[in-house]
Amino acid sequence: MKVLVCVKQTFDTEAKIELKDGKISDAGINLIINPYDEVAVEGGIQLKEKGIAKEVVVVSAGSDKAMDAIRTALAMGADRGILVKQDTAADEYARACALAEVIKGESPDIVLAGHVAADDGSSQVPTRIAEILGFPHVNVITAVEIAGGKATCTSEADGGTQVTEVSLPAVISSQVSWNEPRYPSMKGIMAAKKKPVSTVDAAAVANKVAIVSVALPPSKQAGIKIEDEPAVVGAKLADWMLNTVKVEVK
Amino acid sequence: MDFRLTEEQEMMKRMAHDFSANEIAPFASEWDHNHIYPQDCLDKMQELGFMAIGVPAEYGGPGLDHVTQNIVAEEICWGDAGVGTIMVASSLLATDPIHVAANEEQKKEWFGRIVDGELGAFCLTEPGAGSDAAGISTRCTKVGDEYILNGSKQFISNGGTAGMYTVLATLDKKMGTKGMCCFMVDRNTPGITVGKVEDKLGIRTSNTTEVIFEDVKVPAKNLIGKEGQGFYIIMKTLDISRASIAAMATGVAQRCLDESLAYSKLRTQFGKPISSFQAIQFKLADMAMRVQASRLLYYEASSLQDMDVPRFSKAASLAKAFAGDAAMLNAIEAVQVFGGYGYTREYPVEKLMRDAKIFQIYEGTGEVQRLVIAGDLLRG
Ligand SMILES: Cc1cc2nc3c(=O)[nH]c(=O)nc-3n(C[C@H](O)[C@H](O)[C@H](O)COP(=O)(O)OP(=O)(O)OC[C@H]3O[C@@H](n4cnc5c(N)ncnc54)[C@H](O)[C@@H]3O)c2cc1C
Repeated sequence: MKVLVCVKQTFDTEAKIELKDGKISDAGINLIINPYDEVAVEGGIQLKEKGIAKEVVVVSAGSDKAMDAIRTALAMGADRGILVKQDTAADEYARACALAEVIKGESPDIVLAGHVAADDGSSQVPTRIAEILGFPHVNVITAVEIAGGKATCTSEADGGTQVTEVSLPAVISSQVSWNEPRYPSMKGIMAAKKKPVSTVDAAAVANKVAIVSVALPPSKQAGIKIEDEPAVVGAKLADWMLNTVKVEVK
Repeated sequence: MDFRLTEEQEMMKRMAHDFSANEIAPFASEWDHNHIYPQDCLDKMQELGFMAIGVPAEYGGPGLDHVTQNIVAEEICWGDAGVGTIMVASSLLATDPIHVAANEEQKKEWFGRIVDGELGAFCLTEPGAGSDAAGISTRCTKVGDEYILNGSKQFISNGGTAGMYTVLATLDKKMGTKGMCCFMVDRNTPGITVGKVEDKLGIRTSNTTEVIFEDVKVPAKNLIGKEGQGFYIIMKTLDISRASIAAMATGVAQRCLDESLAYSKLRTQFGKPISSFQAIQFKLADMAMRVQASRLLYYEASSLQDMDVPRFSKAASLAKAFAGDAAMLNAIEAVQVFGGYGYTREYPVEKLMRDAKIFQIYEGTGEVQRLVIAGDLLRG
């Protein structure tokens, strides 16, 4: 069985976002493998360790910088990588088309991905890939069992959990609570360089979304400090919420 | 000249830093204050390969060059210098003599034991021989195909936790350095006792003890190199490991800077963050200079080793002495930046100040490093 994991190189979650010429600037920003995708990579490697998967292939679409994310996944234990070279301005649609094209050629049994990327947070790419390929898709999974050509996935649902059974091939995207990604071992890091990584150009697909402008959220306003007897504080706070913040009470 | 790290070195640095920041730093002050030996953390380090960083790939280790080994040592000490000491004393200091002079069979056995998770300890210092390493009096006497060891070793890192000891002893004190022999000794050999466990100022997560040898029978096959080569092997080992100590000190110096920078932006006095005061800014700048200079010095010393040049004692001593002082100065300044809070256990810098001091003492004091440097200068 072949597992393919989609990974994205994203901004460090602690990075300070700055705008330059109306765009998000990546100058001086530390890039990391999207933490949600790291969970998917871990999930793929565990399937291999359990003897369910034979091969774990990682695929990343983006600039040459995405190679870092691929190498990290290889150091964790994935077997080989594919870098899909694509303009960083590609939207989720173009991204999914490029990845789907490569996935079609690889014909994996399971496609894994993080359910969201830590940078733009659009949560679209895995769903779009499934749609393009006509694969079933299960989102935000916290556990998966593979047997008899089927995947039984546990995922989060409002106020509980939901168990979904899908036939393979399928696209499965992970919630962070699925597992605890491992640190790449030293031997893994040394071995990563020797693992094969191929580079392909992305299918030429035009974006469907045009970004009009980008703005940072307004900076946080100073709060208020109420010092008094507890009962008075409660009353003043309620008054402030109703009359200053104008919280709607239904 | 290209100062960039290779792709593997970058990845190794990032992984070691992540590990240090998530698995060591958050717990280090509790371990330090309550005198807890961080066994769980060491088990994780064993799994990832940290505890065998000095072992070549052909013997089952990760196969890192010296630069990378020391980058890892820096990052682990950023989290806790005691944990770094446990790792370096075992997988570099006690293991380096095997690189320097062991035969194939010895390499298989002793590297193998390190890879399997045993700790090593390097037994040189004695109650009467510290800076004057040539003054040791632990005796080794050949009887049949064994050597009988008698003597006691002082301040041995991992002394009570190691499974194997690397020991320097002398056939006869009158022979001076020409009478010295280096042995690998199994901890379970009858006649070995672990003596006093030191209650230390800093690096309190590491175990430092006396190790006493009484009529300890060591098989002759455990002699590393030949009779009389012991001093050379140990001096060569120290040249190699001094760059590692410099790297460890750099980790502490960097941590002092990181803590000071973060705190100075948060702490306000006179209505402004203290980082807006030039006096604080200059401290931060001086700390950054010392960190960078320390790092470049240990990179140079380590890369000379990787290039296999015949002599790198001076480079190693320059790095060790400078970085040891840098760590101490940065720690003192970090406490100053934190003011009264820095003097309390609530904040991490008082521990850094206690930990940093060791880098001016072990593996040759700052004074001894200066003797090496001056000796080299005067020899011309
Ligand atoms: C926590 C800890 C861990 C250690 N771990 C190990 C270990 O794993 N293995 C091991 O073998 N040893 C270990 N040591 C020992 C350490 O290497 C020695 O303590 C160190 O070399 C200094 O020796 P000493 O303590 O006998 O001091 P001394 O040699 O007595 O020195 C006292 C002072 O005199 C100065 N001095 C001495 N000679 C001269 C000179 N010729 N010129 C100028 N100044 C001089 C010294 O610099 C120092 O300031 C450890 C020590 C400590 C504290």
